[in-house]
Amino acid sequence: MSESTQVTAATTPEPAPAKKGKVPLSEGKRAERRLGLWLIAPAAIVMIAVTGYPILYSIWLSLERYDLHFPDQQKFIGLANYGAVLSNGYWWTAYGVTMFITIVSVIIELVLGMVLALIMHRTLVGRGLVRTVTLIPYGIVTVVAAFSWYFAWNTDSGYLVGSESAPLTSTWPSIFIIILAEVWKTTPFMALLLMAGLALVPEDLLKAASMDGANAWQRFTKVMVPVMKPAILVALLFRTLDAFRIFDNIYVLTTGQNDTSSVSMQTYNNLLKGLNLGIGSTMAVLIFISVAIIAFIFIKVFGTSAPGSDDGGKR
Amino acid sequence: MSVDIDQVTDNTKPAPPARTTGRVPSGAGKKVKWALIDILVVAYALIPVLWILSLSFKTADGLNDKSFFPKEWTWKNYQDIFKTNEFVSALVNSIGIALISTIIAVVLGTMAAYAVARLDFPGKKALVGVSLLIAMFPQVSLVSPLFNIERNIGLFDTWPGLILPYITFALPLAIYTLSAFFREIPWELEKAAKMDGATPAQAFRKVIAPLAAPGVFTTAILVFIFCWNDFLFAISLTSTTSSRTVPAALSFFTGASQFEAPNGTISAAAVIITIPIILFVLFFQRRIVAGLTSGAVKG
Repeated sequence: MSESTQVTAATTPEPAPAKKGKVPLSEGKRAERRLGLWLIAPAAIVMIAVTGYPILYSIWLSLERYDLHFPDQQKFIGLANYGAVLSNGYWWTAYGVTMFITIVSVIIELVLGMVLALIMHRTLVGRGLVRTVTLIPYGIVTVVAAFSWYFAWNTDSGYLVGSESAPLTSTWPSIFIIILAEVWKTTPFMALLLMAGLALVPEDLLKAASMDGANAWQRFTKVMVPVMKPAILVALLFRTLDAFRIFDNIYVLTTGQNDTSSVSMQTYNNLLKGLNLGIGSTMAVLIFISVAIIAFIFIKVFGTSAPGSDDGGKR
Repeated sequence: MSVDIDQVTDNTKPAPPARTTGRVPSGAGKKVKWALIDILVVAYALIPVLWILSLSFKTADGLNDKSFFPKEWTWKNYQDIFKTNEFVSALVNSIGIALISTIIAVVLGTMAAYAVARLDFPGKKALVGVSLLIAMFPQVSLVSPLFNIERNIGLFDTWPGLILPYITFALPLAIYTLSAFFREIPWELEKAAKMDGATPAQAFRKVIAPLAAPGVFTTAILVFIFCWNDFLFAISLTSTTSSRTVPAALSFFTGASQFEAPNGTISAAAVIITIPIILFVLFFQRRIVAGLTSGAVKG
C-alpha cells in the first residue's frame, strides 16, 4: 500500500505543468491524448455518422418537393413545405395533443414517482421486492404494455369497460388512456432517479428538522426537495423530452384516429403511409427544433445543474 | 443496504416521544402498514402484465368474456405462434439484432468511457456534449432521412439497417453509465499490482477487469433492454420478415387463421418477449437500479 501512495505522489506533480497549457507537452501527456482520441474515435464516428449527416440531409429534403409516388417531380421548392405543414390543422392538433400528453403525464409522473421513490426508500418490509417489481414497467416492451391496455379498454375483451361504452373511439377518453399507459410505464424510471436523489438527503438533517418541530410535509418541502433538486431536474428533463417523442402507445392504442395523433405519429404517417419525404422531413425538422427549444428552456431556467454537468461543462 | 435500514429505524425510534400526536404505531403495526403499501405497489406494477398473461392462456371462445382470469386454460396460442414463420423469424431478428447491437455498443462505449473517466485529452467535453444531445434527440427526426438513405444504399429492411441506429442511441447511455462506474474504480490498485511485479496484461486481467466487469455487465443489460424495446425504428426501417423484430411484428399479426381475431396470439407473443425482461429484473435488480441512477445523478 505504501508503495502505491509513493507512486501516486511521484506522478501527481507531472500533470500540473502540462495543464497550464502552452508549454510543450511531455511525451507521456501526448501519448495520453493520442490514446484518448483513439479510444473515443469509433463511438464518435458512429454517433455523428448516424445522426449528424442524416439531420443535415433531412433539412435538405425538407426544402424539396419529394413524393415517392411522383419521384420525377422532385424539385427544390424552398420553404413551401414549411408553409404547408404550419398552415395545416392536423399538424397543430397533433402538436396540441403531444404537448397536452407531455405536460399532464410528466406532472403525474413527478408526483407518483416521488411517492414511489419515498416508498422504495423508506419501506420497512420487502424493500427488494418493491424495487424488483417496479422495474417491470420500466423494462417491459412499450408495445406489449400498450397492447395490454388496449385489450383492457377494448369493448369486446376488456375488463375495464362495459359493452356499451367504447372509450378508445372518442378523443378525450383515448387521450387519457394514452396518458395512463404512458404514466404506468415511465413512473418507475422517474421514481428510480428520484430515489437516487433521496439517498443524498442526510438523515441527520431530517432528524434535526424534526427535533426543531418540522412536520413531515415541512421536512419534505424544506429539507428533501432542495437537496434533491438536481435529481428532480434531471428526471424532469429526460422525461419531458421522452414524452414529447411519444409514438408506441398511440400507435397501438388508437393509431392516431379521432385526433389523437402525436407529432411523431404524423411524421410517420406522412413518411411511410403517404411516402412524402419532403413533408415528412419538414415535420422531422420541426420536431427537432421543438425539442431543442424545450431542452434550451430547461437548461436556461434551471442553470448548470442540468445533466452532464458533472464534468461535462457549462452548457 | 443494511446501513439504510439501520438509519431508518434509528431515525424513527426517537421520533414518537418528540411528537405528541398520541398514535404511536407499534413496530408490528408499522410493518403491516408498509406491507399494505407494498402490496399496492406490486399490484400497480403487475396488473397489466398479469392481464396479458391471462389473455394468452384464454381459449378462442373465452377471449371476449371480459373476465380477468381465464375460465378455461389453453396452450394453443403458444403452439400457434411458434408455428407461424412471422413470429419465429421476428423472434430470431429481435434476439440477433439486440445482441449484436448490445455487444458493439458496449465495446465502443467501454473504450470511450474509459477515455472519458481516466484520460485527459482535447475533445472530451465535446464527446460528452454530443452524447447528451443524442440522448435527447427526437428519434423520429432521424426516421425520414434514414429511410431514404437506407433505401438508396441497400440497408433498408436488413439487420445492419436497424443495428446502426440502435448502436447510435445506445452509445450515450453506455458512455454515461460506464464512465460513472469507471470513476468509482480504485485505479491505484493497478499501479500497486504492477509494482508488485505484475505485467500490464496481468494487472488488467487480475485487478481491473474483475472490478470493471459488473459495470460493463449492467450497461449491457440496459442497452439490451433499450434495443429489445424499440418500436419506431423497427416499424419504419423494415418491411418484411427478414428483419422485422417482434414489437413491430406484433402489430401485423393476423391470428392463426385469417378469420380469427389475433388477440390470443398477440398476447402469447407479448408474453414471450417479456420473459427476458422479467428474468433480468429478477436476477439483476440491484445492478439495474445502480446502472440507471449512476449516470444520471451526479449533482
